[in-house]
Amino acid sequence: MTEPIFDIVDASKRFPGVLALNKVSMTLNRGEVLAVIGENGAGKSTLMKILAGVQTPDSGTIKFDGQVVDIDSVHTAMDLGIALIHQELNLCDNLSVSANIFLGREYRKAGVIDKPRIAKEAKSVLERVGLDVSPNTIVSSLSIGQQQMVEIAKAVSVDARVIIMDEPTSSLSQHETEALFKVVNELRDQGVSIVYISHRLGEVKELADRVVVLRDGENAGDLDRDEVDHDRMVQMMVGRDVSQFYERHPHETGDRILEVNDVVVPANPGHLISFSISAGEIVGISGLVGAGRTELLQVLFGVDRPLGGSIKIGGATQSFKGPRDAIRAGIALVPEDRKQQGVVLEMAVRENIGLAGLEQNQRGKGLLNRTQEQRDTTAMIGKLRIKTPSDRQIVHYLSGGNQQKVVLGKWLSLAPKLLLLDEPTRGIDIGAKQEIYDLMDRLAGQGVAILFVSSEMEEILGMSDRTLVMHEGRITGELQRDELSEEAVMQLATGNIEN
Amino acid sequence: MKKTLGILVLLVVICLITWYQNPVFLKPFNVSNLLNRTGLFGVIAIGVSFVIITGGIDLSIGSVVCLTGCLLPYLLFEHEWGVIPALIAVAFVSVMLGLIHGLLITKLNIQPFIVTLCGLLIYRGVARWFTADDTMGFKNEFETLKLLVTWKMPLFAKYQIPITLLIMLGLAVVAGVFLNQTIYGRYLFALGRNEQAAKYSGINTDNMKIMAYIICSATAGLGGVMFALDLNSIQPAGAGNFYELYAISAAVLGGCSLRGGEGTILGVVIGTAVMRVLRNSIGLIGIDDRLEFTIIGVVLLIGVIVDEIVKRYAAKRRASIEAKSSG
Repeated sequence: MTEPIFDIVDASKRFPGVLALNKVSMTLNRGEVLAVIGENGAGKSTLMKILAGVQTPDSGTIKFDGQVVDIDSVHTAMDLGIALIHQELNLCDNLSVSANIFLGREYRKAGVIDKPRIAKEAKSVLERVGLDVSPNTIVSSLSIGQQQMVEIAKAVSVDARVIIMDEPTSSLSQHETEALFKVVNELRDQGVSIVYISHRLGEVKELADRVVVLRDGENAGDLDRDEVDHDRMVQMMVGRDVSQFYERHPHETGDRILEVNDVVVPANPGHLISFSISAGEIVGISGLVGAGRTELLQVLFGVDRPLGGSIKIGGATQSFKGPRDAIRAGIALVPEDRKQQGVVLEMAVRENIGLAGLEQNQRGKGLLNRTQEQRDTTAMIGKLRIKTPSDRQIVHYLSGGNQQKVVLGKWLSLAPKLLLLDEPTRGIDIGAKQEIYDLMDRLAGQGVAILFVSSEMEEILGMSDRTLVMHEGRITGELQRDELSEEAVMQLATGNIEN
Repeated sequence: MKKTLGILVLLVVICLITWYQNPVFLKPFNVSNLLNRTGLFGVIAIGVSFVIITGGIDLSIGSVVCLTGCLLPYLLFEHEWGVIPALIAVAFVSVMLGLIHGLLITKLNIQPFIVTLCGLLIYRGVARWFTADDTMGFKNEFETLKLLVTWKMPLFAKYQIPITLLIMLGLAVVAGVFLNQTIYGRYLFALGRNEQAAKYSGINTDNMKIMAYIICSATAGLGGVMFALDLNSIQPAGAGNFYELYAISAAVLGGCSLRGGEGTILGVVIGTAVMRVLRNSIGLIGIDDRLEFTIIGVVLLIGVIVDEIVKRYAAKRRASIEAKSSG
């Protein structure tokens, strides 16, 4: 049973501005489910990409089945029998299920695709993973959970000996998650080895034979099945006592800043959303991926226009035509997709921090005020401790945490009244995380209202004065700080609202 | 900046080679002619670089050149309009075309390639239709108007600087200041790199893009008038053919990236000069002039390849320096 199939020794990988993996070692045995856990930015995804040949390590050795191998491409990995199932699904959703399963290795007969054979074989793998859809179904008409199963079917169809799953349940419902677990267990019984990456510790406890913990790109320890325990995992992931990590200072709340009344978000037109937030308050929004949290923030920031209801800022009803109007009303948004929406990667730190305030700072009619821009940037680099060689550094070369600080700096130089944060600590290292939490606490103390979306339970539990929980486009509940617990949040997040 | 320097070196090298091969290259009439053509093509290249910086493209330039170039003599002779109203009408038409391009691209979200490709076809057809394919010209009239484009500033000996070059340089200075010293220039670069991030920073990206297309069509209109006055006659079927490609090539050679967010006006001006000098030297060196497009294509391709290689080399060097500095 404990025969190693995969053996990674001292793998290191560097990206511009960050050492993503620092001498990480890991062993995967035949027919086991190995969970790899760690905070965002701990190096889980990088390690998996190395195993699957998406990226090559700068140093370290990899043994597969006792042989030293050089997994230099996805193709090599596939030949060895390694399949990676990405967190974001990689299916061509305009093609059928069977076409996706056999993409790139279609059976041919006299030069043309042998569709009957593909359909037949696809049917048998679909049965193996327990997905009850026709092989001819177009992928876009499947639910996310079903699409995930198609990915797994694809891995099964190549007789993968190792299947790597990156956060497979992040967008699945309770029911779909259970179905996935069943498949994972069956695959294990068939002798397939599974690397399971997740930050849902409950799942890890249920599923894993062994757990490898990563922290800041380094090994933080291993746990055997009988040692797996929630608090222990958290402590290994975070590396210190959790309560001290999320430090909150009590402070007064002031006037009501934002009042949302019966707002209809275009993405989820069936539900009315109402809540409010006052100066100095930190309100968290929890929920599963796809619960409509980002979409709500985008309406508040004027990216999308609401289909109904009213949004009041400081008592005045607002109708934003775009982010520009929202910014003028004193709202700032740190978006979830930092690289696409937060920063202009190829521009300098200075140009990024100045970007939202150009109009406000213009010298005469439309002329750039470079002095002001430099002053603001210098102030923000100091205040937020942005680690950059100079204010002319291209943002692309900064680490994730420092890029996020650049986004924050852009907004703080405008002194917003309401700060919207969408997954503010995603993909950044622990040190920068801590600084962002401290900053949130400090800003709240200065009377800024903060509304933040987070998928990390610890963050919600640690930071929010009040938590709104969303499920499938509506707010299923509101928890005060003293009612807050992981169970209470999960109940509401999965749509259980009888309590 | 390094890119601009690179293209400048290329320009000097081509000039030296041509001069060495054929001393006629530096004769006053050749220099003056070369500068004149650089001025004319520079105007439309500066215009298109605005669109390219936003990550877009304008394929209709040649047809706009033809349309406006025909429209001016048509209004003056066929309809006997005054010079000022006719010029205003031409300016109005070119601005409107840019506005329509911009609106279709931003509000209806149609790809710039398609919108301006349709423009290319439509405006050419319209020009040929209202002129009935007759050559339009200014005959021996409107000498003052022509002087605005054909006047040459005497320098020394027999050397002269044509006013078209001065107009282009004036336009270049305005464009350079606009791109580098105003918030709108910054907006264009930001949205060219990352439209979403620009939008999330409160920039009205649609308006900025529309503005870029208006600038492009307006300069094409100006170019059309200048080309027509310079030649004194304009042929609806042939005038301006491929000019959009000359303009885009010059912009790319000068350091604009079709991915958007990159480019300098100085580079575009030098890029235009390279294109004109290349054409000139093909004639002077005695290369078969049917190879003109081939040579321009090869030079452009080499330029882009060198740029890409230099970029990769720089990225690799940066990575290795960083790896060393952090042990």
